[in-house]
Amino acid sequence: MTDEGRAATKVAVPGEAAGKPVPEKPRKAGFRNSPRYRTYLKYRFITGFLIVPLGLYAVFVISPFVQTFYYSLTDWTGVSSDFNMVGFENYSRLLDDSTFWAAVRNNLILALAVPFVTLTLGLFFAFMVTVGGRHRKGEAISGVRGAKLYKIVYFFPQALSIAVIAALWGYIFKPDVGLLDPVLPASLSPNGGWLADSKFALWAVMIVMCWAMVGFFVVLFSAAIGQIPKEIYESALLDGASRAATFFRITLPLIRDTVQTGWVYMGIMALGAESFAVVNIITQGPGGPDDSTMVLGVYLWNTGFGQLQAGRGAAMGVALFILTMILAVAALSVGRRRDRVEY
Amino acid sequence: MTTAEPTDRPAALDKADAADDASRSPLLEPRKKIEGAVLNVFSHGFLVLWTVLAAGPLVWALMNALKDSGDILSNPWALPGSIDWANWSNAWTRARIGRYAANSLLIVSISVPLTMLFGSMAAYVLARFDFKGARVVYFTFVGGMAFPVVMALVPLFFVMKNLSLLDTRHGLIMVYIAYSMPFTIFFMTTFFRTLPSSVSEAAEIDGASHTRIFFQVMLPMAKPGLISVGIFNFLGHWNQYVLPFALNQGDEDDYVLTQGIGLLFAQAGYRSDYGRLFAGLVMAALPILIVYIIFQRQVQSGLTAGAVK
Repeated sequence: MTDEGRAATKVAVPGEAAGKPVPEKPRKAGFRNSPRYRTYLKYRFITGFLIVPLGLYAVFVISPFVQTFYYSLTDWTGVSSDFNMVGFENYSRLLDDSTFWAAVRNNLILALAVPFVTLTLGLFFAFMVTVGGRHRKGEAISGVRGAKLYKIVYFFPQALSIAVIAALWGYIFKPDVGLLDPVLPASLSPNGGWLADSKFALWAVMIVMCWAMVGFFVVLFSAAIGQIPKEIYESALLDGASRAATFFRITLPLIRDTVQTGWVYMGIMALGAESFAVVNIITQGPGGPDDSTMVLGVYLWNTGFGQLQAGRGAAMGVALFILTMILAVAALSVGRRRDRVEY
Repeated sequence: MTTAEPTDRPAALDKADAADDASRSPLLEPRKKIEGAVLNVFSHGFLVLWTVLAAGPLVWALMNALKDSGDILSNPWALPGSIDWANWSNAWTRARIGRYAANSLLIVSISVPLTMLFGSMAAYVLARFDFKGARVVYFTFVGGMAFPVVMALVPLFFVMKNLSLLDTRHGLIMVYIAYSMPFTIFFMTTFFRTLPSSVSEAAEIDGASHTRIFFQVMLPMAKPGLISVGIFNFLGHWNQYVLPFALNQGDEDDYVLTQGIGLLFAQAGYRSDYGRLFAGLVMAALPILIVYIIFQRQVQSGLTAGAVK
């Protein structure tokens, strides 16, 4: 604070506090420049700018989140306004619920298999379109021929709504109009199509989810690989490293943070919104024959909303949250190394 | 630049080639070449295969949208014999794809600009001002990115019901905005931090208020970031399925496009007018693909921002 500023405070504030009619012009000028008034302006501005976003976020995101934990301890139906605290009864009932366990199992399969396939394919394609080609245009590193086109086409599914994707694949799996039925051997083509068969329905869901997400990871990993300094690749090339060695010794270690972030993101999608949409739209029930494609999101909605057992639905929501957190922590801590490479 | 190129290029090429020759021992060369060739064929084959897999279903839907239902049922793989545009007018009017698309457009045209406004307001404050609780507010917002929407769907339904926002357009818009805050604020905070502070300082010395500095100085400077996140949010809101499914189930007339597609698919079982269904699907997919192809650079930078350092 400057001496001038301090003086201005002393002049302005007492006049203000006493409410004395002081000559207007000098007071106003001094007050406006006073640090206290400026602090007031700053906080007025901060409050004014934060109040709407924070308000909306608190009402529609944070409060339902907190309420989920609260209602999971009650026998609330969702309709009547009176309900009782029942402790952990909702949770203990879930333990004996075979549909719940089917949903957990399917969610786990989706959250492990789908990221594994999409990330592997995404990494391979990203590597090919960014550093896969060699000795073109006199550059040490370049993508394969047609890399730009590949990147655009691979991303197509990501631009589409998951509803459109699910419906499109729903038709592909249908026995009468679908593409698969005429070409698959009889052993792989059950009556009524894949979606009507408990052995194949979950496979169908996994295929749809993988198809929808690979393009995103091609783009994400291409951007990450693009950040690696070219000199590193040039020196690997000078040492005569093969493409596979370049990938496993250079590319993969240097973008592992992005791969981990991608894994967490994909895991969250596979547990939540993405599996909810696909299962809800294309599988029978929804949830598939014999709960073969049931996932937690669909089951909690059916229970909490359809069967008017909001308390039980909330307990499943908490289970889904715990599953998500376990997955995220596991993905982020696996193979965490201290020797971080900075570039 | 253009005059320098012809002399520069060959030199660079020679250098690369020379370096290459030196690195390879003559004995190893044949084996390496074969290995490289096999890898090449395999990897290129795979790239082409995925291109077919990614674009194929879309081409197939387009093909079927031009056939009549009898042709679709008799051979789903066949090319359309004669082009049948009746499916398209059917889908637009009877399956009401036109109406659903208009509903989606109306909602998105309000929700996206407001998301950008509120998101960048909060992000600017969090990026440029020091105040108590700033970190808590920031992490509360950003933590929402790891939050599975589905988990809180039932309480969210009742929050909306109690506020009389259920099955209303403005209710849906508010929820879209709220759920877009985490990523928008995360991205825009990073963006505002990278902008130089000299311009806003100059404006402050000239006596501009904070609000004025934000709208007339900072927001125009943040335009590239706003476009990237804006397109990202546009795609997100346009393609949103879970939120309208739970919160907009009142009147079928008010359905958004994604709900309309779900409905169309559910009807496929009872009515065998497959031509119309495929036309509806193509009508829902095509505009968004065109938007994506035009803005693909911004879309990709918006999606990868933050995840890549």
